Amino acid sequence: MDWALLCESAVNGALVGLMYSLVAMGIVLIYKSSSVPNLAQGAMTMLGAYVVLGFANNAGAPIWLAIALGIVTMFGIGMAIERIALRRLAGRPIVMILMMTLGLEIFLRGGAMTIWGGTGRPMQLGISDAPLFIGPMLINRAYAVGAAVAVAMFGLFALFFRTRTGVVLRAISDDYTAAWSVGISVERGVAMSWAMSAVVATVAGVLWGSVQGVDQSLAQLLLKGVTVAVLGGLDSIGGALLAGMLLGVVEGVASSFLDSLLGGASRDLVDAAMLILTILIRPNGLYGRHYIERI
Amino acid sequence: MLFRQAGIFHTDYASDRALFPIAADRCMIGLLLLFGLAAPLLLNSLYLSSYLLPWLVWTAGALGLNLILGWAGQFHLGYAAVMGIGAYAAVHATRFGIPWEIAIILAGSTAAVIGSGFAFAALRVKGLYLALSTLALQFVMDWTISHVPAISGGTQATLQAPDIRLLGFPITSDAGLYYVALVWCLLVTSFMLNLGRTALGRALVAVREKDYAAAVIGVNSFYFKLVAFSTSSFIGGVTGAILIGTFYHAVTPEQFSVDVSIQALAMVIVGGLGSIIGSYFGAAFILLMPGAINSLISWAATRFGFSLGIETLAHLPQALYGALIISFLLIEPLGLGKIYNNLRDYLLVWPFGYVKK
Repeated sequence: MDWALLCESAVNGALVGLMYSLVAMGIVLIYKSSSVPNLAQGAMTMLGAYVVLGFANNAGAPIWLAIALGIVTMFGIGMAIERIALRRLAGRPIVMILMMTLGLEIFLRGGAMTIWGGTGRPMQLGISDAPLFIGPMLINRAYAVGAAVAVAMFGLFALFFRTRTGVVLRAISDDYTAAWSVGISVERGVAMSWAMSAVVATVAGVLWGSVQGVDQSLAQLLLKGVTVAVLGGLDSIGGALLAGMLLGVVEGVASSFLDSLLGGASRDLVDAAMLILTILIRPNGLYGRHYIERI
Repeated sequence: MLFRQAGIFHTDYASDRALFPIAADRCMIGLLLLFGLAAPLLLNSLYLSSYLLPWLVWTAGALGLNLILGWAGQFHLGYAAVMGIGAYAAVHATRFGIPWEIAIILAGSTAAVIGSGFAFAALRVKGLYLALSTLALQFVMDWTISHVPAISGGTQATLQAPDIRLLGFPITSDAGLYYVALVWCLLVTSFMLNLGRTALGRALVAVREKDYAAAVIGVNSFYFKLVAFSTSSFIGGVTGAILIGTFYHAVTPEQFSVDVSIQALAMVIVGGLGSIIGSYFGAAFILLMPGAINSLISWAATRFGFSLGIETLAHLPQALYGALIISFLLIEPLGLGKIYNNLRDYLLVWPFGYVKK
């Protein structure tokens, strides 16, 4: 095996993995505050990309303005989803909640396709296709930008959780009954976390859209997002960042070995295997702290 | 009304344990059975083979999923994979020359063995993590089925299913295939109906309600979860085999993808967790709805004079399907089965609505 090639796939894998962790962060934000596993995060990512494209193409806004408007719109959509669909299900068995997020997934995916159609569209962010050269390695520039944004988002969240609202959210995720009893509005906090997760989804959607085009396949980032979120620990944002990098490296290196052996498309297999192994060996992930009931 | 009765007076245990203690229920079920048997004479072959037959087969599948989800309270987001295992096992077995009757048993057993593998992976964790690991196993199964040429015949391949032969007689007519589906659906239904009054069924319910409490009264929750997984996988495997044999006649990996798992889950949720009649309603609802929505849209388009793009027409049913799942969960979380039961409870004491049932 060529070491330079191995390094290259590892570094590119880590960058891609950081972009996965953007999807995972959304899942983590919602899980932290309300213990709802959001299986609609992939569809929200896709919707975010479509909304931004809608502002850019249909309304003719420049891309930076379209992204800003898209973020604001998705903030509202996230709040609305929580208010309409999830709040009434609080306290119901988890199968209902899971089914609700699956229903949302189907609805958002179908709705976006109904409005914008199923053909893939490019998302032009003005990132050049020319690779970055670091020594003998070629680094994909779009991945590098995406990874930088992911790290920046993590930094923003680290700062945000020190603000007053952030402290409220941390209190809710610690113990929502206790938070309730000291007068914190848990509902508002949960709505806030849905809104923020929709914002992260928009960012992820824009970045992934610029890499692979905007179409239905963006919703399939769900599997990667869930894997990263579980691997990092479902309630740890830093864990998601690290796990994303880990998954990306494993995926990049493993698929460069396995693709030739198994005839391609081994990435999804690696993801699913990582998810199963994590759940079997260490279900609370790298940094999760929730006690998980085992049999 | 039909159901009206003046109290329940059981004089022996047999009548207390009866599956249908109310005469009106027995009448209705008898009528439905008669209709089911006479359906090939009453309906034309389009309705028979493209509505009634898949409905019956999917009902059997939904009942199998309901066993694990509604009775045992364990998640299964990979039910389509189990059905796919059964389907492929049956097709390969019959192509190998094994009689079809034995092939479907083999299909069920293969699915049960691999499905219990799901269970072993999954039984270490509960709730959400169980759901996620079954979802991951669905992806692994998808991948294995489509990427191992010995199973699927190549990534894009379609395997032709040999004709069903029962006791040496080939079954090719619409009516014959319909009766195969009907018999399987009735078998599964009567199994599920009787489950409620057996030790197994009660143990499953105890495990669902609280596994610690079940352990305290001497129910081995691990053992019963395993039994639930393997039984429901057996039902799923045979259902998959019958679905291929009677309806699709050919098998491809896409017939058992994640979306199909979600569809099966939607049948159970829309029908009602732990409700047998609900599984019938749920399967019918999920199967018939896309067609109904399509004709509704085209009717509305001509009626109100607006035209929709092809893309919109193609994806609108999908969006409405999601919206329906959401609204069911919001309005009646226990599904169509619960709505039916409410109606029945009302009619049981009508016109004395103040009487508690």
